[in-house]
Amino acid sequence: MAAISREEVAHLARLARLAVNETELDTFAGQLDVILQAVARVGEVAAADIPPTSHSIPLTNILRDDVVQPGLTQQEALSGAPDAQDGRFRVPRILDEEA
Amino acid sequence: MTDVTKATAAELGRMIASGEVSAEEVTRAHLDRIAQVDDRVHAFLHVDTDGAITAARKVDEARARGEELGPLAGVPIAIKDVIATKGVPTTAASKILEGWRPPYNATIMERINAAGMVMLGKTNMDEFAMGSSTEYSAYGVTRNPWDLDRIPGGSGGGSAAAVAAYEAPLAIGTDTGGSIRQPGAVTGTVGSKPTYGGTSRYGLIAFSSSLDTPGPVSRNVLDAALLHQVIGGHDPRDSTSIPAPVPAVVEAARLGATGDLTGVRIGLVREFSGEGAEPGVAAAVRDAIEALVKLGAEVVEVSCPHFEYALPAYYLIAPSEASSNLARFDGVRYGLRVGDDGQRSLEEVMSLTREAGFGPEVTRRIMLGTYALSSGYYEAYYGQAQKVRTLITRDFNAAFEQVDVLVSPTTPFVAFPFGSRTSDPYQMYLADLYTIPTNLYGGPAISVPAGVSEGLPVGLQIMAPTMADDRMYRVAAALETAIPPLTPPALTGSNS
Repeated sequence: MAAISREEVAHLARLARLAVNETELDTFAGQLDVILQAVARVGEVAAADIPPTSHSIPLTNILRDDVVQPGLTQQEALSGAPDAQDGRFRVPRILDEEA
Repeated sequence: MTDVTKATAAELGRMIASGEVSAEEVTRAHLDRIAQVDDRVHAFLHVDTDGAITAARKVDEARARGEELGPLAGVPIAIKDVIATKGVPTTAASKILEGWRPPYNATIMERINAAGMVMLGKTNMDEFAMGSSTEYSAYGVTRNPWDLDRIPGGSGGGSAAAVAAYEAPLAIGTDTGGSIRQPGAVTGTVGSKPTYGGTSRYGLIAFSSSLDTPGPVSRNVLDAALLHQVIGGHDPRDSTSIPAPVPAVVEAARLGATGDLTGVRIGLVREFSGEGAEPGVAAAVRDAIEALVKLGAEVVEVSCPHFEYALPAYYLIAPSEASSNLARFDGVRYGLRVGDDGQRSLEEVMSLTREAGFGPEVTRRIMLGTYALSSGYYEAYYGQAQKVRTLITRDFNAAFEQVDVLVSPTTPFVAFPFGSRTSDPYQMYLADLYTIPTNLYGGPAISVPAGVSEGLPVGLQIMAPTMADDRMYRVAAALETAIPPLTPPALTGSNS
């Protein structure tokens, strides 16, 4: 049985903001199915009472002294922007997205 | 004058400090070498000729003023294109960052500059460091100097090939699942992955933040240790940076070079010593282990029963973190923007930008990670993979109670021909079978040349406990005394 359907892949692409076309959907669905069936092997390990590890080196409450240091200038911060206006990042409209 | 491109980094540093050769001469010799061979190898995405000569002249001027130079002052270095270099193009080999010039330097770049090292340019890689062959670069493949029709490994194929082809004596790589070590193995170079948190991630374009580790690429073990010493150590700008001094890696490499391993206990990972590796790789690794025994090491077999689940766990954890990290490429603050015609919404522009900017492997991994983190699947996939990560760490801890270091092949196969694994992504993932457990555990590991199979280099991987990076350098340097040095690669293809 397939681990993932073409419809699910289309849904994932939407969630991840990837405008994947119809041909690519077929390819990705097949490939992701192979990968998911292989990685599902993690489920074979009995680990009900095992704590999860998110970071290998346990460090907590890592703080540094709160001293003023030079940061990027506005010009530097905007230097890589695809579009800027009045010293700000300019973005396409964000309202009426469903229209 | 001797050909300085053939010298080690340690020798170059000594020659520059003593005035035997100038930093500018050394830099120009390497730039000439790049001009001669890089149209065949394509290790570099960008060569910073003017920046390199300016940096070299500064070293020569400092020496003329009587300033004392550090051990690597004036020594050229190539930098993987995933490291932010102020004012110098940084793309992570992705179309989505084409033309981006970072307004800041990564911490390791600041340290490389402070040491007086000379950056030659930026090296090719798999896009966002996702891959094992450098075939997923958006800017064309890098070719293996040993056979131009084969892959140089990945993701850091450019750094490894640059060093193997004598275009640079040193390079920087980054290792998330083997991206320093596997290219090292298949190009006959040294690739060292420090302890996670031992080298700063500040300014490293993030792939999988709980795994990413920058480290040295070189042609010999001492050079790797010298570079490790330069880039390592605590960085307040990286909250996962370990607040402790760099382990004594240079001293350990010098100790190892005496060729005496008396009293060193080496563990052979049973699960990685049977089938899985090509026969020629397994044979070269067996010979290397015999050489270590002759140097006085004691070899015992140890069992790490959960290592077989490392690859599946990694391909859930790393894509999950990637799907989150790569959300920042939204066409707003830097890089590409596609489809902004004044009519389309932000969401549409974002989707078109990401589709145009990301290659197939990055797209696959973002979707895989999005899936593994979605509600309903989280516990079965990402949650379970994190528990497996705990079990793998316990395997390492138990093994290191019995032995000082663990050894295995670095990768199951020698450099493979272009195109042989791209159609089946999971076949590509198998290249990292032996390197991934270390990343999940967080410890250090190094790949060193261990001979050849079918005329192509084979690497031995040496793994050490967390923050005991010195141990792997000692064993690696000792092996170097027992293995005949590789002849420089021919820079020809098998099909040509």
